[in-house]
Formats: sequence, structure tokens, C-alpha cells
Amino acid sequence: MATGKQEYTKMAEKASPPSPKLKDTVKAFLFGGAICTLGQALYALYTNYGASADGAKTAVSVTLVLLTAVLTGIGVFDKIAKHAGAGTIVPITGFANSVVSPAMEFRAEGHILGTGAKLFTIAGPVIVYGCATASVYGLIVYLFGLY
Amino acid sequence: MPKRIGTRTVLLENKPTVIGHAAVVGQTEGEGPLGKEFDRVHQDDTVGKASFEQAESAMQREAIVCALEKAGKTPADADFILSGDLLAQCIGSAFGVRDLGIPFLGLYGACSTMALSLGLASVLVDSGAANLAVAATSSHFASAERQFRQPLEYGGQRPPTAQRTATAAGATVLSDTTPQTSAKPTAHIAAVTFGKIVDLGIKDANNMGAAMAPAAADTIAAFLKDTNTKPTDYDLILTGDLGTVGTTLLFELLEKDYGIDLRAVHSDCGLLIYDREKQDVHAGGSGCGCAASILNGHILNRMEQGELKKVLLTATGALMSLTSSLQGESIPSVAHAVLITAENA
Repeated sequence: MATGKQEYTKMAEKASPPSPKLKDTVKAFLFGGAICTLGQALYALYTNYGASADGAKTAVSVTLVLLTAVLTGIGVFDKIAKHAGAGTIVPITGFANSVVSPAMEFRAEGHILGTGAKLFTIAGPVIVYGCATASVYGLIVYLFGLY
Repeated sequence: MPKRIGTRTVLLENKPTVIGHAAVVGQTEGEGPLGKEFDRVHQDDTVGKASFEQAESAMQREAIVCALEKAGKTPADADFILSGDLLAQCIGSAFGVRDLGIPFLGLYGACSTMALSLGLASVLVDSGAANLAVAATSSHFASAERQFRQPLEYGGQRPPTAQRTATAAGATVLSDTTPQTSAKPTAHIAAVTFGKIVDLGIKDANNMGAAMAPAAADTIAAFLKDTNTKPTDYDLILTGDLGTVGTTLLFELLEKDYGIDLRAVHSDCGLLIYDREKQDVHAGGSGCGCAASILNGHILNRMEQGELKKVLLTATGALMSLTSSLQGESIPSVAHAVLITAENA
């Protein structure tokens, strides 16, 4: 009898190698941890030079975004991210890369309908649902007077 | 005249002759194990053009012109050109051939396009509708990535089942007459089986080998039944771009549903084009240019050197789009088979 969809789904699952989850997790931990350590070191550096706590935090984010943008621009970031996985996606580096990479990619279609329109194709959902979640959280805080 | 046999196979009584063929590839493909067999290897994947789409068109045009030159012909000699690619509205092909002045039949068969264009071109030549026809196709890693997946510089991970779209183009020139000058064997198209769409419910666009394997099994089984032959009657049964996962599933399906064991004579273009150990290509190569460059750069060379006599090319295509994937549709697939035979002059 010819193989049906259900049976084939099982055959395909068996034939498809899974992602190496343990290796991916360990690498994500190491790369993500390294980025956070770098962030902490930058924070220490900036406060050491007299920045306020809030100012230093902003400066750390700006530095990491700039670093990611440069690494994306020179074609290095994706080679690191291939190994780092969530380690580079979760920190602010992932967000920066997801904006810079379409900006570069869609230059070919022009500055307005190319770069401009496609800039947030990847980061857009993060912004939309980030803002939505923040609003809901803000509403809860307001209604229950948590602070 | 073409003659239909069995349920779906078309026998070509005059066996159109392959009088020229060429393959043009990108850097990664040139660094692969068959790099030396391609006619041109571009070190710059933009081919000096402003966009990757333009680069793909340029490569397809280059393959066509090179194949015609090798056949001792010019574009003006061709009655038809049949080509297609992966890009929306097939711009890789239309823009590639726009200044050649050859009647153009644009095709869409996703990664099965080389077998589709070659099959249709050979039917046209065999029927007398054309004296000379060109079958071509192309794909480009970067133009496919930006259309189907993410920007090139996006830092993401690909699952082990994903395949790399080959930056490659290939063209075959078919004629109704065999040149008498050649002492080498010549390749001929002897039969074609056009595939039907098969969909066994795979939805993962990162596992196209699994989606396409049932279509390949269906077409190969139909061809063998229609021609009343068995796998060992062929030197090579070559699938287009099933990769590791699809190849495993093809063997299983053929054995289970049809009692056919393909292992002894099978190879897959997606496994031939790259060195999977050294090159970062996961489950292998894919894209229209994968089968096109392997056929026109490697297989036809070996046939003309007398190393292969009967080859069944079965190129497979996954007929989904980004929209259908986002809408949760499964992947309909198709496979077309072309029987190529080498005959001594």
C-alpha cells in the first residue's frame, strides 16, 4: 500500500537529524555570557570615567549596538552567530543585527522602498509585541498600584 | 515523433542530440569536489553586477551563450529557449535571455527546472517543431536567500536538514541532427517522464529533501514501469537535489511502496556539488542550478568520454512559496525524469 501522510511524517522525522541541542545550548551560554561580561566590563569602564549609572547603561547598549553594526557590515557577525545562536540573538546584539542586515540587503531596491520599507522586517514583530507587552504590564502596574 | 508509452512516459524516436552544454558556477560551488568540471567559476558572486538578481541573470545568459558557442552555434540559430528559475516571475531567466532574440518559453518547476526544460525542449525537437532548442536554468544562493529566507548578513542558525541553494547556471543545446565530425560519443535524449504533483504533508521549508522525495519516488517508479526496466539497466539514476535526508527517504519509499532498490545506481546532485564535510552546507545543495550545473558540467562530460551510457536524470522541485509556507500549507513537489543515452558516432 502506498505510504500515507501520517506514516510519511514519521519516516521523515526519523530520517531528519535533530539540531545538536546540548552543543547549541553550551555555545549559546558561552557566547551570550561573553557578551554580557563584555557589557559589564564596559559598564565598569564608563562608570570609572565618571559616567552616572543610567548614563553608563545607555553607553553600554550603544557600544554593543555599534560593535554589532560594524561586525554585520564587514560580514563577520553572521559567522559568529552561526555558532552562538541564541547567545547573539537574545542580547541587544541580535536586535542590532536584525536591523542592520536588512538595511544592507535591501539597498538594491532603493533607500525608500528598499532599506526604508524593509528595515524592520525582522525586528518589527519584536517591537510590536514588545510595545504591546509593555503596555499591558504598565496597565497592570497602574491599576494595582504596585509601586 | 514523440510516442507515448505506458501511463506517463514519452519516447523520443529521433533522440534529439546534445550538441553543446555549459555550466557556470559561483565561488563555493567552484571550491566543491567537481569545481574543475564547470566551464566558468566566478570568484565574485555578484559577477560585477549591482544586485544578486542581475548576477543570476548574467550567469544564466553566460551559460546559454557558452553552450551555444561550444556547439558552434549563435543565438540566432536557436528556435526556442526554455528556461526558468526560482525568483518571483522568473526574472532570472527573462532578464537573462532578453537580448538574445530567441523565442522564449519561461518555465517554473522550482529545482526540477533543468529536467522540465530539457524534457520539453527535447519533445519540441523530436516532434519537428524545432531544429535547435536550448534548455537552461539558474539559481543563486544570495537571490534565493533574500526571497525565501533572511538577509545574507542576518545572524541565524540553520537546521541540519537545510540545504544550500547553489549559485549556478546550466544550459543544454539540443539539435535534430548529430554532428558527423565528432569521434566522441554523443549524448541523446531518449525518453521523458513528466511528473505529477505529490504532497505527503511536509510543511518544513527547511527540509525540502523530505518534501521532494515522494515526488522523485513516484516519477522514477512510473518511468521504470512504463519502460519495463529495472534500476540496474541504467548506469546512473541521478536525482536533482534531495540531499542526505531526501535520499534516505527516496530509498525507503521506493523499497516500501514499489519494491525497487535504487542504492546501487543512485546519486544525487545535491550530494555531489559540495563537500559536506568541509563546506558548511548541512544536508547538501539545492536550487535549479544544482542539477543544471552537475548535468551540464559533470554528467554530460562523463557521457561524452564514454564513462556513462544510460543516465536517468530526475530533478525534483518543491513548489511552495514564502506566502504558502507562512499560511501553513504543506509543500507540493514534482519530479521530472529525462533519459539520456550516450551513443558512439
